[in-house]
Amino acid sequence: MLELIKQPWHWSVAGAVIGLMVPLLLILGNKHFGISANLRHICAACFPGNIPFFKYEWKKEVWNLFFAAGIIIGGFVAAHYLHDPAQVKVAPALAADLAAVGIDDHTELIPSQLFNWDNLLTIKGLVFFVVGGFLVGFGTRYAGGCTSGHAISGLANLQGPSLVATISFMVGGFISANLIVPFLLKL
Amino acid sequence: MSNSIKEKNPRIITSPEYKHSDFEVRSLDTHCVNASEKEVPLWYNLKYMAAGILFGAVLVKSEVISWFRIQEMFRLESFHMYGVIGTAVVVGAISVFLIKKLKIKTIRGEEIDFQDKKYNKGQVIGGLIFGLGWAITGACPGPLFAQLGTGATVVAVTILSAIAGTWVYGKLRDKLPN
Repeated sequence: MLELIKQPWHWSVAGAVIGLMVPLLLILGNKHFGISANLRHICAACFPGNIPFFKYEWKKEVWNLFFAAGIIIGGFVAAHYLHDPAQVKVAPALAADLAAVGIDDHTELIPSQLFNWDNLLTIKGLVFFVVGGFLVGFGTRYAGGCTSGHAISGLANLQGPSLVATISFMVGGFISANLIVPFLLKL
Repeated sequence: MSNSIKEKNPRIITSPEYKHSDFEVRSLDTHCVNASEKEVPLWYNLKYMAAGILFGAVLVKSEVISWFRIQEMFRLESFHMYGVIGTAVVVGAISVFLIKKLKIKTIRGEEIDFQDKKYNKGQVIGGLIFGLGWAITGACPGPLFAQLGTGATVVAVTILSAIAGTWVYGKLRDKLPN
């Protein structure tokens, strides 16, 4: 059984469990599944400045910070106790493109040749960690949610604005992954 | 909250009118949509941490946190992520339908409420910006936290930068098209 759990999970199993987060949080306490709001709560809690957007009772939203802390713990548990020693399967075309820029280590889900501390103070690191993260934080808040809040929670509640947001996420991703990331990897 | 802030910013509403205030004010900013009417001790939130642990573990085991999977999704080289998100939406939608239909309440007997989101320009502009970032980092906010948990410590920089991005959005908010 444990061996089975350690293998990469099929998309249908993962999708079902992720989808069940929506009713689980609603039934646990009328909470709406959405993670990017935590970035705002952290701003409100730590450095609200005098910015109206961060002047609210973030303590009422503390459940979500507990949820986010749980995600970190869950990531730790899965990586340390349910680790799959097999190589990560990578689509041949992607593997070939990455190999051309020196990324050929498929032992981790996150390519260690790109995501490591040594890269932090290089142009590449600046772009992949700092600029990438900034776009995620700025964009999700401007859009009013991320994949969880719009694409899953919002679409599950048949919200048109969430469909618009989800399509925009995908369009941005297509442009980035096909036109921008290949260029950035050569930096 | 001081009255002067409230006067300057009519969008900010303090409880108890909070709960019953215009949903748009709260939902656009996704804060206090979830505010419970009942005060609870802090440890009560541990149930949400338990849910988060399950969610985080699933994100890792299903390779949603994988930078490779996100590239494959946007390069149309793998069905995996479409399967995950599509299944999640269907399961979520059926669940929401049943909760509404059967008027299911929370475990503490509170009504579960749903509010409609309003269209705004941010969903397109912000959505595109997030999409650009998503393909670069290979992670949206949930997976960023899970990646950190797996031991990819450098992702802490990405998360801090995402917090900075959120802060700058808050700072510039009134000057951006809405």
